[in-house]
Amino acid sequence: MNWNRKDLLGIEELNPDEIIHILDTSISFKEISERPIKKVPTLRGKTIVNLFFEPSTRTRISFELAEKRLSADTVNFSTPGSSVLKNETLLDTALNIEAMKIDAVVVRHSGAGIPHLLAKKLSVPVINAGDGAHEHPTQALLDMFTIREKKRKLKGLKVAIIGDIRFSRVARSNIWGLNKMGAEVFIVAPPTFIPAYLENMPVKIFNSLDEVIEDMDVLMALRIQTERHQPRLAVSGEAGKGSFFPSLREYRQRFGVTMERLSKAKKDVLIMHPGPINRGVEIDPEVADSKNSVILAQVTNGVAVRMAVLYILLGGAPTSASQSASSVRRGKAVGRRTGGKKP
Amino acid sequence: MIGKNVMEEKELAEAWKIITNQVIRDFPSLSELVIVGIRSRGNILASRMVKGIKKETGIEIPLGILDITLYRDDFTSVGPDPIVRETEIDFDITGKNVILVDDVLFTGRTIRAAMDALIDFGRPSSIRLAVLIDRGERELPIQPDYVSKKMTVNAGEIVEVKLKEIDGKEGVIAIKQKLDKEEIAKP
Repeated sequence: MNWNRKDLLGIEELNPDEIIHILDTSISFKEISERPIKKVPTLRGKTIVNLFFEPSTRTRISFELAEKRLSADTVNFSTPGSSVLKNETLLDTALNIEAMKIDAVVVRHSGAGIPHLLAKKLSVPVINAGDGAHEHPTQALLDMFTIREKKRKLKGLKVAIIGDIRFSRVARSNIWGLNKMGAEVFIVAPPTFIPAYLENMPVKIFNSLDEVIEDMDVLMALRIQTERHQPRLAVSGEAGKGSFFPSLREYRQRFGVTMERLSKAKKDVLIMHPGPINRGVEIDPEVADSKNSVILAQVTNGVAVRMAVLYILLGGAPTSASQSASSVRRGKAVGRRTGGKKP
Repeated sequence: MIGKNVMEEKELAEAWKIITNQVIRDFPSLSELVIVGIRSRGNILASRMVKGIKKETGIEIPLGILDITLYRDDFTSVGPDPIVRETEIDFDITGKNVILVDDVLFTGRTIRAAMDALIDFGRPSSIRLAVLIDRGERELPIQPDYVSKKMTVNAGEIVEVKLKEIDGKEGVIAIKQKLDKEEIAKP
């Protein structure tokens, strides 16, 4: 596998070999977080800046842990307390940070395409940690890693992505990724949640969870993004006129992953959720805590997958050919030493 | 590629048996002994050592596998093709005598990396190094405690250990690398 990308911006542009390469590499990184000393010196001396223009708990901590466990130095940036409040443009902010000689940027932003813009302007690797409703590639990678770990395969699996598709970058990235890996994706959501772009994506669309639940290998519930719907919803639970759905209660009745529904599903169905969970809305607490749930495994795996991504973009191990080449370079310098299998 | 035989199959088996017996002699109680092999051929030799000790004494020594990719000191100077494989040490090495096993000892940098990795897993009471071939030309002050064969190689030659488990054949050869010659020929 020859990795030729400077950045990780989305799953859409990756080919299956690249996805497999990241997933395979992630396996080796999982064990590091189990050690008494949870650290390897791989990225020692590298500086990574985490630019978070949008709130995040999991992704942000996960990236920072991944960076630290690879021995990189990290700097965190978030909008409050920054010169963004003095109207500095995003690009100026990024260029100024790059001018301080950093080695990579992890960026989350509410605007779709922001990481792509930065990737074009910056010479260092840019990793998309979520851009608007567009992509969240490391989340899809950790989801695929978790499914593959539990089911030993991705090909041929039936995966239902349930709920708030309209605003979901997690759904988009997963649809691309799962399809490339040969899984079948079923979108289950109220018609008002189905964005137009889905018609051009390789998915089957259903408006009822009960219709498909029996056949599914994986149920991936998405968070109702109350903050992106009407503000009223977050407060009262009643959406009212102009909203994409009538109420959280009605949503739960039709699309919630409840214990009753779980009993109709396959015995070994995987319950997934990218977090944060609205317990009792898109998923019942008993389901989230059931033995079918891999929600916390997703979080654990997230660190390993992000370590793998950082390693692939910033580290890079030698090939046997390059080992010989480097030995030869040494050989030239000292005149005599040539060849060698290992350094 | 022209290969020169350094060790035949039978000779290799015999040589490794001698090393295994030396380890048994040096650690007669075997109680605090663990064996850790460096991927991708040291782990196979390590596994053979564990089997050898079991055959001689009936005692099964814990076996660990180390991938040192993440501990290398030459990440930035080499091309991209990152393959990291799993490290599998599922026992505590603190207070243990570790026999670290590799196939060929050359510059010593792999062993340096392996020791760094090992120490991240605990504080062994000792680490000893067992290798099949010592081809000299060290760049770090690292020496083997157990070695089957010491040799010098000609310019442009590399030493390759072939093991049935991954190579389908068995033996040690010194081969002239074509790539190296071309590289050297460049002004």
